[in-house]
Amino acid sequence: MESQDAAAYPLVRRAGLSGMLVSFGGSLSEASNRAALAFRTAVEALALEGVVETMASLASVFVRFEPSVLPHGRLEDALRELLATQDWLQAPLPAGRRFWRVPTVYGTDLAPQLAEAADAAGMSEAQAIDSLGAARVRVLTIGFAPGQPYLGSLGPEWNLPRQTELTPMVPRGALVQAISQFVLFSNPAPTGWRHVGQTGMTLFRAEAEQPFALRPGDEMQFEPVSKPDFLKLCEDDPLRGGAAAQEIQA
Amino acid sequence: MSGLKILRIGPAASVQDLGRPGLLGQGVSQGGAADTLALAEGAALLRQDPGLAALEMGGMGGEFEAAGPVRIALTGAPMAAALDGEALAWNASHRMEAGQRLSIGAARGGVYGYLHLGGGIATEPLLGARAVHMMAGLGRAAEAGDLLPAGTGQSNEAGLVLDAEERFKGGELRIVESFQSHLFPAAVRARFAATAFSRGSRANRMGVEMVSDGEGFAAEGQLNILSEVILPGDVQMTGDGKPFVLLRECQTTGGYPRIGTVLPCDLPRVAQAQAGAALRFRWISLEEGLEIQAKFEKTLKALPAACRPLVRDPAAVRDLLSYQLISGAVSAEADPFAKGEYA
Repeated sequence: MESQDAAAYPLVRRAGLSGMLVSFGGSLSEASNRAALAFRTAVEALALEGVVETMASLASVFVRFEPSVLPHGRLEDALRELLATQDWLQAPLPAGRRFWRVPTVYGTDLAPQLAEAADAAGMSEAQAIDSLGAARVRVLTIGFAPGQPYLGSLGPEWNLPRQTELTPMVPRGALVQAISQFVLFSNPAPTGWRHVGQTGMTLFRAEAEQPFALRPGDEMQFEPVSKPDFLKLCEDDPLRGGAAAQEIQA
Repeated sequence: MSGLKILRIGPAASVQDLGRPGLLGQGVSQGGAADTLALAEGAALLRQDPGLAALEMGGMGGEFEAAGPVRIALTGAPMAAALDGEALAWNASHRMEAGQRLSIGAARGGVYGYLHLGGGIATEPLLGARAVHMMAGLGRAAEAGDLLPAGTGQSNEAGLVLDAEERFKGGELRIVESFQSHLFPAAVRARFAATAFSRGSRANRMGVEMVSDGEGFAAEGQLNILSEVILPGDVQMTGDGKPFVLLRECQTTGGYPRIGTVLPCDLPRVAQAQAGAALRFRWISLEEGLEIQAKFEKTLKALPAACRPLVRDPAAVRDLLSYQLISGAVSAEADPFAKGEYA
């Protein structure tokens, strides 16, 4: 069994033939996610020869490397040494993060599962909009699809299980909710999460100079707007639907 | 610019190279050719860089017309190929003149055939690569009417042939433990390696289903694990304990537990297994895995030296006797057709 004992973390484990995974917790917490974001930045700063790429997942950092250049033992030593330099659960978030305010329609035909989610959370639709619209969430990790963020954490009232049946298709910019998190979809896709809001955000454009809108650690708030206002915003700003970002001062 | 115009094409054809490493943190898996060995073979046959793009053809080929003089190579799953009606050797390079037509039929074994051009297929790179990545919405499948432009090559060599490694009928897949292997009890891991699998009907560039008789391969606490990074080669167990081997175009993260990771050098065997092909897994240590993978990479580097001049079909050679005298190597036992695949 995987150890759920907090004392066992951080864990350094092998991932396949040429990967190493440093995990800060067996479950998602604000601190384990912050540690992962900070540690990834620190691994990148080491600029070890033989490291091919790094990635921060919800509570871990993955390092892919070339074992003929950087043998397993040497990378493991370097990672353990870096782990020992500080208590990563207390580390500050990396610099260069931004706060995004994203106009969002909750419910209506544009996001038809709000009522269902509100019901599951034991709220009225109006209460659900107040709660979700006021939450300031962090990009916990980017994954599954290009530039697509997992956002959290929402309060325990939003710790709703995924649906047993898939929602066949949600559009680009769909805000979906489950397990105290949001996902904001970068492409149309089926999902087991509930479609509670709709935004005009484009998260990924392959041809653009900056193809990916978000960075891990960015913060977002999905501010309620009416459907007519939302449609107007999308018309004026087809790329972002009125979303705006500002730097977060370190 | 020379190249090939697509007149007809199967539904699962796309331009592929070695993909886009470095974007994992942005949700884009590396992607690239399902059978990277075939990419290297094509490059060796055309005396060019294995990073150049080729057309990957899933299950069946198509019909192509040369826009100008162009060199081609055919690798991967053997398919019947003909140039203006005359059969062409597979695992070989050839020349086409402007207006000549190349037709490529269905795979006779394996899944993915590859059509390479001298100079590579020079479509516009996107995020640093030409590989179409369906899952990420990068590029699209090849369509009739498309031009596959040929890049400018250094070499002008063609008429070479290569012995391809047999990888089209399933076989043994070597697997190392990964960070979730311990979620599976030792008895389940042992049973996994003792089980005869066959390739299931669900397979694409993202992953391949493995089916077997008997119970599934469940992890302890299967539903409760945190979504974590996915590597190509990971063997993921779905809710009912059914294994999927994930390929290079897999998602970047996932919440299903993974019992281990198939070696990169065995992934072409997974991708090329036809539905029903028999497959088995064998656990090996990390050290063995590194050694096997290093040896494979060495054989890739040796491919250019392993190419030989393509011996023409002796039926088309008028004076077989003089031909034998020249080659000096044809004996009564030798099969001159054994090296290339003929239609």
